[in-house]
Amino acid sequence: MNHYDAIIVGAGAAGLTAGIYLSRAKVKTLILNEGAVGGQMVLTHEIANYPGIESISGYELARNMKLQAQKFGAVIKSNIKITSFDLYSNPKRFIVNGKEEYTSDVVIITTGGRSRTLGVPGENEFKGKGISYCATCDGDFFQDKEIIVVGGGNSALEEASSLTKYASKVTIVHQFDHFQAFEHYVNEAKANPKIDFIMESKIIEFIGGEKLEKVKIQNQKTSEIFEKDIDGVFIFIGYVPNTEMFEGIIELNQYKEIVVDKNMATNIPGVYAAGDSIAKRYRQVTTAVGEGTVAALSAAEYLNKFEKAELAAEEVTS
Amino acid sequence: MLRTNLTHILSEQEHAKLLQENENVMVCCGRMGPMCIPVYEVMEELENEYPHVKFADMEFDIPDARVIRDLPECRNFAGLPFVVYYKNGKVVKATSSIQSREQITSILDQYFGQEVKEAASK
Ligand SMILES: Cc1cc2nc3c(=O)[nH]c(=O)nc-3n(C[C@H](O)[C@H](O)[C@H](O)COP(=O)(O)OP(=O)(O)OC[C@H]3O[C@@H](n4cnc5c(N)ncnc54)[C@H](O)[C@@H]3O)c2cc1C
Repeated sequence: MNHYDAIIVGAGAAGLTAGIYLSRAKVKTLILNEGAVGGQMVLTHEIANYPGIESISGYELARNMKLQAQKFGAVIKSNIKITSFDLYSNPKRFIVNGKEEYTSDVVIITTGGRSRTLGVPGENEFKGKGISYCATCDGDFFQDKEIIVVGGGNSALEEASSLTKYASKVTIVHQFDHFQAFEHYVNEAKANPKIDFIMESKIIEFIGGEKLEKVKIQNQKTSEIFEKDIDGVFIFIGYVPNTEMFEGIIELNQYKEIVVDKNMATNIPGVYAAGDSIAKRYRQVTTAVGEGTVAALSAAEYLNKFEKAELAAEEVTS
Repeated sequence: MLRTNLTHILSEQEHAKLLQENENVMVCCGRMGPMCIPVYEVMEELENEYPHVKFADMEFDIPDARVIRDLPECRNFAGLPFVVYYKNGKVVKATSSIQSREQITSILDQYFGQEVKEAASK
């Protein structure tokens, strides 16, 4: 039978940490992960602020965490899809890929977050053919080409400056009249002769044939729409928590982040959450790891009480 | 060499040999970057599920990777990895940038899946 003491949903920094703690404590643990193991760590070329490790690629750090969790006995199933689940039943149950059933006494949710997309016509069609979400991956395809960077936060401003290494011209398109980025990123971009700005504007459509050729831009103040010829567009407009599947089931805040208490407990008994999917201010590997630890220890304590309660119930009925 | 558990194609000759020896081939040409790693991971997992498909990778920056980079099917690609699917040595599909497991398996099923089921039922 596919019964585990604990099921962790998501194998990023938070989920893998919880997996390490639980399996090391001999808690039979299954980690279900929709994408590649490592989550956002894999998106990071270099992590230079993880204590004790001067510099490491996100891929290496994720790989180390995965091996460590597996070494202690955690089972990891990646690239799966949870097709249905019940967090209120006893035991809690998950159906994976529409056919496999897994149950557990406790659940930890660590589904993290993902890049926000514009969600406008043409975005899917031209992904990899002019539209990119990764400057370090795809910047060199735009040598001496004209590109747009969408966004006004730290990532957008920092990447716009770094993309001027390749592009002949970078235009930053931002929906507001001011940037949310740190001042030094803004100043660096403003001082760069290769960078132009189109403020209070949004891209509303991507147009092209076999590859991206132009974009439609709308001014947010005047509603005026114009077209701009362009070779590439890099999109850095922030992150959204991966919590859609829990809407109406677990308590979320107005930003769709999971509400937890100091023990990482959600509003459902036996369901904990940690990492970028919870309501919090700072989203880092270190914070995800810390919360993953707290969630695992709280879950272990819950399991202890749960087992004692089950034993007591058995004694009463026998 | 890419740090994956896939078969590595290191030269134009190895690429040609692989296509000659295998009816269905999927090659992921990329770097050890955020858009490529998830695709390698899916391919590693699919090796057991699709034994009739040969899965391989090739480093994007070696000169011999021109066998992929210069394909007409990849002419408009501007996102890593470049993934090319071959049947009997001919390109049947090519994709640019990150792809999910579902996107990859739907291509494998469409181009390589049916044949095996038909062959098995003969
Ligand atoms: C480009 C970039 C650079 C960064 N640089 C740094 C840095 O230098 N230092 C630093 O400390 N932090 C950095 N961060 C932030 C850091 O990576 C994150 O805060 C941290 O990795 C979050 O970990 P997590 O486990 O909460 O979530 P994630 O890493 O998002 O992992 C969540 C996992 O859950 C899976 N998942 C999602 N939905 C489901 C579902 N329905 N079912 C099953 N699985 C699901 C996902 O596929 C993923 O594997 C960076 C982030 C980015 C994007």
